[in-house]
Amino acid sequence: MKNNEILVLAEQNYGKIHPVTYELIGKGSELAAKTGGFVSCLLVGPSGIPCEELCYRGASPVYYMEAHCFENADEMLFKENIVSALKDIHPQMVLIGATTFGRSLAPRIAGALNTGLTADCTDLQVDEDGRIIQIRPAFSDNILAHIKTVTDPQMATIRYKEFNEADRDTTRSVDIRKLTPACTVSGIEILSTQELGGVDVTKADVIVAAGRGFKKKEDLVLAEDLAKTLGGVMAASRALVDAGMVSSQIQVGYSGHRVKPKIYIACGISGAPQHLAGMKESGTIIAINSDPSAPIFKVADIGYVGDLYEILPMLTERFRKERTK
Amino acid sequence: MKILVLIKEVPDMQKVEFDSERGRVNRANAPAEINPFDENALETACELKKAREDVDVTALTMGPPRAEGSLRIAYARGADHGILLTDAKFGGADTCATSKTLAAAIRKKGGYDLILCGEKSVDGDTAQVGAEVAEFLGIPHCYYVEKIDKLTSGHIEVTAEDLWGMKQTRRMPLPALVSVTKNITTPKLPTVRRRLESREIEIERMNLSSLEDILTPEETGAKGSPTKVNKVVIPPEVKRESVVFREEPDGFMDALASVFLEKGLV
Repeated sequence: MKNNEILVLAEQNYGKIHPVTYELIGKGSELAAKTGGFVSCLLVGPSGIPCEELCYRGASPVYYMEAHCFENADEMLFKENIVSALKDIHPQMVLIGATTFGRSLAPRIAGALNTGLTADCTDLQVDEDGRIIQIRPAFSDNILAHIKTVTDPQMATIRYKEFNEADRDTTRSVDIRKLTPACTVSGIEILSTQELGGVDVTKADVIVAAGRGFKKKEDLVLAEDLAKTLGGVMAASRALVDAGMVSSQIQVGYSGHRVKPKIYIACGISGAPQHLAGMKESGTIIAINSDPSAPIFKVADIGYVGDLYEILPMLTERFRKERTK
Repeated sequence: MKILVLIKEVPDMQKVEFDSERGRVNRANAPAEINPFDENALETACELKKAREDVDVTALTMGPPRAEGSLRIAYARGADHGILLTDAKFGGADTCATSKTLAAAIRKKGGYDLILCGEKSVDGDTAQVGAEVAEFLGIPHCYYVEKIDKLTSGHIEVTAEDLWGMKQTRRMPLPALVSVTKNITTPKLPTVRRRLESREIEIERMNLSSLEDILTPEETGAKGSPTKVNKVVIPPEVKRESVVFREEPDGFMDALASVFLEKGLV
């Protein structure tokens, strides 16, 4: 009999289940309704993770491979054990979050299983033969490729926050199957782990982004002040990173970070496709530019044609007052 | 100490044209360049070379014959040798077939201690090839490396973003594969002397028959690719209905105030 299991590789982040897992269970359930299959989940992690939560979200069964060593962020340990579990389970499809975890691990797993992998999908559909059509953007998000895998399992990584989390229903039955790790040591030695530090532009609700319109590094304080006033962070386009004015840690765009804040204020950014690819999904986009023909205005909800050196201090002053009212 | 840098030739993304009506990508007007992320890997290798006398750097690329140009640039930037993996039978390879082909060439040449690559490519953007190459070679890998702390004949120590977004320092046995972020270094411009020399140097070529006994025709190119692109859709340009204020700061600020109010910011 053909196995029609869609397996979600759960991601645990230092013992905590990453929300992308629930999104994948949700999307997997939709696909399973069309293929006549079912959604299961494989969780590889340290002991004590409340994995009945995965069942409440609709995965059944949940395979839980529990061992102390999975507290360590060690690709080789995860790879060996996930591959050995997948060889026993034989799912038809494996879904993995396109997070750092998925990006680093999925290719190794696919390589070891000698199967195809589609990276960073934004949608999945089912074709008439029950195979999965994997849809992913490429070329700075300018194209959407529809990809099918001819080998099994079909594997895909899916962007975080692309789908809604599966509904939680605590009346769902709990079927947890414990698996024994195949190996618990690797040649990798972790010497230290600490906070990454710095600004995380991907988590901000408000972003004030600076571009080529800023002439000197010192002028960036105008964008920083407005960001602070609005409780947000400053980001930058590639032009400023290349000019050595800011660190690439705050770069938004195709070769930087993809962001989706509630409010994105683009200051002095013309809006090259590479930049738009990183921010066009933002809630409200506000553009400030002296050039009325700048492409950034095409994606903006509100635009201001004028000098950023004049308008930014005015905005900071006005909203500083309103916030302290 | 032999270091191999994997580079990919990509079209200059600013100049690629997209036709959403006909679903076509036109690269004809886009000149080829080294994938910008790979330049960081190359520069990292060159820095290691400056720090240690025994380092020998080879750049490897798989692509059409014209990709030789990128290897000459790699030489100008400081690589000692260039290898071009080119064969019509490699055409249409997905990441799996590409990685197998690269791994086969790396095995064939043999003796590399460290393999460096960029975080991802700007055209495909899969970030898969590095880890898949490591898997096919059976060596450990580390992604998102921002610093190489120590390199000895048997081990490498790196600082990287770990699987769960923390900063990790780790020690791995060599040979190993490392993908570097843009923060690791800033690529420098080649000197005039290296640039002139790069025109004369010999670029080694390898094709499918050079990989005999290691790689079969069924494992490479379109034939060896488990993923198939069924169709390509070019979505129409996203546009939003925008309200634009020209030199009317008050109107603009009032519009912003109502958005901020709606989103609970003020």
